[in-house]
Amino acid sequence: MAELLQFVFSGLTVGAIYALVALGFTLIYKASDIINFAQGEFVMLGGMTTVFVTLAGVSLPLAALIAIIVTTAIGLALHRFAIEPARGASPVALIMITIGASIFLRGVAQIIFDRRFHSLPSLFGGDPIKFGGAAILPQSLVVLASAMVIVTLLWLFIDRTLLGKAVIATAANRLAARLIGVDTRRIVDFSFAVSAAIGAIAGVLITPIALTSYDVGTLLALKGFAAAMLGGIGSALGAVVGGLLIGLFEAFAAGYLSSNYKDAVAFLIILVVLVSIPQGLFGRAKIERV
Amino acid sequence: MLSIENVKSAYGRIEVLHGVTLYVGVGEIVTLIGANGAGKTTLMRAISGVQPITDGSIRFKSVPIEQQPAHARVASGISQVPEGRQVFEPLSVKDNLKLGAWRRRDGDLEQDLARVCALFPMLEAIWEMPAGALSGGQQQMLAIGRALMAKPQLLLLDEPSMGLAPNLVDHVLSVIRALKNDSLTILLVEQNARAALSIADRAYVMETGKVTLSGAAAEIQADHRVREAYLGI
Repeated sequence: MAELLQFVFSGLTVGAIYALVALGFTLIYKASDIINFAQGEFVMLGGMTTVFVTLAGVSLPLAALIAIIVTTAIGLALHRFAIEPARGASPVALIMITIGASIFLRGVAQIIFDRRFHSLPSLFGGDPIKFGGAAILPQSLVVLASAMVIVTLLWLFIDRTLLGKAVIATAANRLAARLIGVDTRRIVDFSFAVSAAIGAIAGVLITPIALTSYDVGTLLALKGFAAAMLGGIGSALGAVVGGLLIGLFEAFAAGYLSSNYKDAVAFLIILVVLVSIPQGLFGRAKIERV
Repeated sequence: MLSIENVKSAYGRIEVLHGVTLYVGVGEIVTLIGANGAGKTTLMRAISGVQPITDGSIRFKSVPIEQQPAHARVASGISQVPEGRQVFEPLSVKDNLKLGAWRRRDGDLEQDLARVCALFPMLEAIWEMPAGALSGGQQQMLAIGRALMAKPQLLLLDEPSMGLAPNLVDHVLSVIRALKNDSLTILLVEQNARAALSIADRAYVMETGKVTLSGAAAEIQADHRVREAYLGI
């Protein structure tokens, strides 16, 4: 029982990070039909920038803030200088561009930072809290709480503000959005910026637990993508549930089978989802009405 | 108010507008009739700036606007009710209407929402319903209401009667008349030529990307070619 609880704790912690990555996918997909495979690099940039700014002597909270701002700016630049000039190209071509951007960002990070693993001190110390025979790191609670706050804020923003509704309108009907005067390019700008910021926050949060290096983004992006697919691409609720489920499956696979299989879980889930429920758990099947 | 000169537009390499010239005077209802595929919708989209043009000029209140992005044209007073209604399906009726005023920076949305409700009383009962759940007629009222929320000077209506029951067509026509009396200028695209000609001041007939006939609505209605081709007489 204690063992199960332990797996649940660790599963939910990484799951919360996958959920944040999946939310980034969802937001950009909603606004622009693009799957942004550089989403994982946002997480890496958040973690790595924080590490290197603290090494320069800046306090952790300020360094984290700088990292989030820098990553947000990079997200905006990705849209403005890589995606936007190719406007009108097919979604597949645009997805290719994001893959290229992800490789590019990884390469640059390797040069500017380094190729080693780094960690950050956790916010509330490293002593695990005992609970029901299982141990949970204080940072795990920080991760879970932050993820909840971000999801709630995002939901409030989408549901309660006119700008949020303009994002939904753009996602639902781009032509109509342009006809009522929504500058849809700005909306997509905005979705890239917010996704990058969420990714960077995830990177700052996870680094004390999981370490970071220039290439952690690849696997995170794939797992976040698996989470988004499982939840139903385009559904925010699906992204959160999908993320937590993948985290849990991973933790169980690592605990009960072998940690060698941990990373295979996400890929297995992608396959199963694509074959059996391509619209995901919360996604709606696309119905074309004429 | 709107003057279009020699406008050409293409989808890829296929040109669909081969130099269209027309104008709409202040306070007029001008209708554009023609068969499917004549380029009416393409022209409407070009006026709103969501369809690029390859040649020609579009002037609104004597200002050339063909280089302006779509959102700037909405801000300057051109609003469109697109073909097929195109309401924001996941959003409520209220939110659809509020978004209609997206470009406006002056307040007083409540008053305008009330005005739209007065025009389309049926919307009030379905205020919180998602637009995707509405009937075609309700969606059409919503689409017109949404366009009016922008407080336009020129309203572009693309096939507002399409797919509506006859009594709803009459309702839409009476609303268009009421809007004209409210000193709104209207460019109306219709396949229902009879209905369009009955309320328009002037009319243009479009065929395969060109204007082939123009004149006062009564004249056009009497033209034997129009009677044969579009009125089925």
